Amino acid sequence: MLCCICKEKEATVHLTQIAGDKMQKVDLCEECAKTKGVNDPTGFSLADLLLGLGASQEIEQAGGGAEIKCARCGFTQADFKKAGRLGCPECYKTFAEALEGLLKTMHKGTRHVGKVPESMRQSLDLSDRLKLLQKKLSKAVEEEDFEAAALLRDEIKQAAARLTNTAAT
Amino acid sequence: MDIHDFLIPPAESARRKGPHDRIVMSSRVRLARNLKEAAFPGWAKKPERIRLLEMIRPAIESLPEMKEAFSATMDNLSTLDKQILVERHLISREHAAKSAGSGLVLNREETLCFMINEEDHLRMQALRPGLQLRQAWTAIDQADSALERKLEYAFNPEVGYLTACPTNIGTGIRVSAMLHLPGLVLAEQINPIIQSVNKLGLAVRGLYGEGTEALGNVFQVSNQMTLGESEGAIVERLEKVLAQIIEHEENARGTLLEKKPKMVYNHIGRAYGILANAHSISSKETMNLLSLMRLGVDVNLFPGVDRALVDEMFILTQPAHLQKQHSEKLSAG
Repeated sequence: MLCCICKEKEATVHLTQIAGDKMQKVDLCEECAKTKGVNDPTGFSLADLLLGLGASQEIEQAGGGAEIKCARCGFTQADFKKAGRLGCPECYKTFAEALEGLLKTMHKGTRHVGKVPESMRQSLDLSDRLKLLQKKLSKAVEEEDFEAAALLRDEIKQAAARLTNTAAT
Repeated sequence: MDIHDFLIPPAESARRKGPHDRIVMSSRVRLARNLKEAAFPGWAKKPERIRLLEMIRPAIESLPEMKEAFSATMDNLSTLDKQILVERHLISREHAAKSAGSGLVLNREETLCFMINEEDHLRMQALRPGLQLRQAWTAIDQADSALERKLEYAFNPEVGYLTACPTNIGTGIRVSAMLHLPGLVLAEQINPIIQSVNKLGLAVRGLYGEGTEALGNVFQVSNQMTLGESEGAIVERLEKVLAQIIEHEENARGTLLEKKPKMVYNHIGRAYGILANAHSISSKETMNLLSLMRLGVDVNLFPGVDRALVDEMFILTQPAHLQKQHSEKLSAG
């Protein structure tokens, strides 16, 4: 099997990437693997490599051929393909679909676990509380416990107001 | 202030002690953070980078732990100064290449260092001698929590802290330790160890990180994945793997001394011979020979010699440090 970059030497390094439901294989010779940084298995180089060869096609397909552009910073898919970096925090929303598969292959999970900024933590706690109260309310209504339901409704009103306040600050 | 007047003399910094410092030279925890309303440094135009720098730098300077810190913009540091900071592992090679619009704030003890507008708006790291990942994490976590009250970070509840490169998203954390592993290299066991560490999702790199050679048998082990695992879990996982590497290194040294003492003494003796008598030597060869000297001290071949002396030489014999000493001597003479 020949190296898919130089198409000259025998491929000795084989990589498989699964993005979404598609499997992509990359076969490289020792030298190309080295220049692409595969032997130094950092997330960086691997991402760049995959971006250059496989993921870029996925990204283009996800956009239906039309160039997606970040409304806030003007960053495009082509820029992403070239740099392997994004333009601004908003880009994560703009390119969410294309990034999903990439994040899945790069990381342990697709949801953040760990530290949350304090300001964010308050509103996350509040929204969790709100959900819990709403659940309790439907249960109370179901059980025709209207006294409890009235109390819960007031509590929900308060929690919702606080949530909008935190979000606003 | 001149960076040279600020930096701790190598003789002093090499003397800092930490748990397992026979094998673990240092521990480091780095966090990547970005501001909500701005383009990442690689995409932002120069005026915007300057605006951000002017916003972030005072916020860092005002932290209580950054009292009497060294603070500079990268265009105010000479190439040699930046290189010296790289050789001290205080900034990355990438950051050394930056100029106007990027900056650096370093605390008095050289245990906390903030790079502004490197790949992300903020790259902050805590450093400790020996194996002290937990302590380093606690220190940087505290600084980060204090900064979070002054700066509005780009954070998304689903995917965490947003970073320029998707490889750092989530916790934005890189936990790493610098290991001296001459035993595993001499026993030719280093490659299988690197491979098995890689399989655990951890990266093994050379002395200066990303894509660098393992000069002087020094290797950096760090986490690669930042999303889907908490900071504490990452620190714990690394601690477990490092404990095993330490054990393997100790075993390799023990077995070598028991089964092939002549081979080990020969390597160390020759290293000493060359270092003592050579008239000209490259930095690279020096590093590799100093590594053997460090091993020599560890196995009591040089009674009365402190390991700190070898570690000081490790710092002083690097290219920029040599250049600096040389030019100073010339101007003094």
